[in-house]
Amino acid sequence: MLASLRQLFKYRALISSLVARELKARYRASVLGVVWSFVNPLLLLLIYTFVFTVVMPAAHPPELQPFSLFLFAGILPWTWFSSSLMDSANVLIAGGNLIKKVMFPAEVLPIVSVLAGLVHFCFGLPILMAFLIYYRVPVWPTDLLWFPLVVLIQLVLTTGLALLVSALTVHFRDVRDLLANLLTLWFFATPIIYPITQAPERVRRILNLNPFTHLAVAYQDVLFRPGPFTQGTRLLVVGIASTLVFLAGYFVFDRLRDTFAEEV
Amino acid sequence: MSSGQRAAGSWLECAIQVRDVHKVYRRYGRRKQFATLKSAILSGSVLRDLHPDAVFEALKGVSFDVAKGKTFGIVGRNGSGKSTMLKLIAGIGKPTSGAVRVDGRVSALIELGAGFHPEISGRENVYINGLMLGLSRREIARRFDEIVRFAELEEFIDAPVKTYSSGMYMRLGFAVAINVDPDVLLVDEVLAVGDQSFTHKCLDKFAEFRRRGRTVLLVTHSLDLVTRFCDEALWLDAGVAKAQGDPKRVIDAYLMDVARAENQTLAQAEGPPLRDAGSVRDAGADLQVGGPGDMFKAAEGRWGSREAEITAVEMIGASGQPAHLFQSGERVDIRLHVRANQRVSDFAFGVGIFNAEGVCCYGTNTLIDGGVANELAGEGLVVFTIDGLNLVEGTYKLDVAVHRQDGVPYDYHRLLHTFRVKSRLKDVGIFRPPHRWSFSGGVRISGL
Repeated sequence: MLASLRQLFKYRALISSLVARELKARYRASVLGVVWSFVNPLLLLLIYTFVFTVVMPAAHPPELQPFSLFLFAGILPWTWFSSSLMDSANVLIAGGNLIKKVMFPAEVLPIVSVLAGLVHFCFGLPILMAFLIYYRVPVWPTDLLWFPLVVLIQLVLTTGLALLVSALTVHFRDVRDLLANLLTLWFFATPIIYPITQAPERVRRILNLNPFTHLAVAYQDVLFRPGPFTQGTRLLVVGIASTLVFLAGYFVFDRLRDTFAEEV
Repeated sequence: MSSGQRAAGSWLECAIQVRDVHKVYRRYGRRKQFATLKSAILSGSVLRDLHPDAVFEALKGVSFDVAKGKTFGIVGRNGSGKSTMLKLIAGIGKPTSGAVRVDGRVSALIELGAGFHPEISGRENVYINGLMLGLSRREIARRFDEIVRFAELEEFIDAPVKTYSSGMYMRLGFAVAINVDPDVLLVDEVLAVGDQSFTHKCLDKFAEFRRRGRTVLLVTHSLDLVTRFCDEALWLDAGVAKAQGDPKRVIDAYLMDVARAENQTLAQAEGPPLRDAGSVRDAGADLQVGGPGDMFKAAEGRWGSREAEITAVEMIGASGQPAHLFQSGERVDIRLHVRANQRVSDFAFGVGIFNAEGVCCYGTNTLIDGGVANELAGEGLVVFTIDGLNLVEGTYKLDVAVHRQDGVPYDYHRLLHTFRVKSRLKDVGIFRPPHRWSFSGGVRISGL
């Protein structure tokens, strides 16, 4: 496994090229092109804002203002997480030709999915910034140092799950459908459209088992809640958990690696 | 893949070492195909389902060495394990047991342009493909112009690959793979595709490779290519190395085996016509009254009034043994064992040769050839000798008959006997007249 990781490092140029290709190919022949990377999260945000401030304004505590910023702090990282996992579920099967015909470390493919998602996430940040400025939300200066750390932990967690999902899908195609439904459940089991404090005590204990809960809360703390970052311990625990998920995912992937060429 | 494992002294001279390699493919049972992850988890059979129900052994203990700087060919029937062997050497997949070691950088021409993305330009695809094959960005930049020139795509390199013709696509794939400048080049039948000039370019490139002392491993059905290019050949049959060594000898052994197998298949396909075809006997002699002209409409079978019978038909080639497979131009005897159930004086023997499309290649009988029938009584043997079976390669069927001089058959065997003609040449048509070429003046062609 260590040797595989070391080999992966040698392929970093390939990974960056594939991420670039992914982004380029995605928007080729669309009129707005790369603008979609900005427009997509913005539209998504508008829909949620419309639903929660116009259609059912009572669904969230009134002191949570501006609510659209609160939503954005959770939805943007969630979109990265869920789209990366959905892409990973397909990526080995879609890249079957590569795996069968070229000597090539297969984990490059799910990692590219996750990194392409990260790039889209970064494209959403200017919009987030515009929101912060528009609402004149004071961001605590030290919070800005925490932000990259939260992103890094999410990257580790997402990559681990992406490796697991992509490897399992090769053997069980149903993982794809299962995952789509699981992600819907996961979305609602994460305090993204509601604050965690609103959940009853009993439910909150369950929500705390969800690693993405802590990431969402951390994002909200950095971007939304005034005052210094208070989630250090939380972040440490979820960081360790994410590393374990990554190692487990990579282990499973590495074990199944030799079966890919025959199964895809 | 590691070049650090220089255990044996011979390893230094070996580009590829294959030691007792087995490769087992898993075949999952039907149960697995319908199982889902959910049901697998519920029944706790996840781990069991990841194990195969049945296995197929593609390679059964193959060992060979390829010395550095040699061109090595692997031949064999479809499904003999050639491509599996190549993939193991390329590092795509691992042997189930045994060891494969390759010294130096490997590039595999297994599928040209695998991994090209249709939406992006040829230029970007060259970079990504090169990175996949293990080049660094700087190395690709240095070779870029040569790659494009080799692929003859100077004008189109910035167009998306989806606009390329399949030839352009392949040329670009080949150009990238060959410019990886590998120490060991693996080639799987890629020359079968592509036009003449491209094939020549590839062959030139291989020749250049050899001159520079690189190792080439060639998997192909083109035996001609193996004899022309390879220093050594390996014949794989059903996952076992049947022969290895001098290409000419290996290929002849392989060809003989193919011929033996074909002969067997033909003999089986023909079945026991002489005993079972009697059911058509009562179809009546009048079927055949029209003479040879009506033969084309008739299906295969046997009929006739049986005053005289052909009890057995044999074709005997140069080997002196009954056979079904002959070389074009070979001397062939068609032997008819005949028996007269009553003494007859009005009779003739006929032979017709038909190709697979049913076209009569040649037909004659003793009457046409000027024979005068005197008497047929008891048992006898009729031999029709063809000094040179000047037919092009293909499958042919035989009509043989003994009939009255007006054409009414005593015993007519319609298309019951099959034989095959093999040829080293790929000439076309039906008949090969004995011929030769000669040249004078400014025309120089050698080898004819």
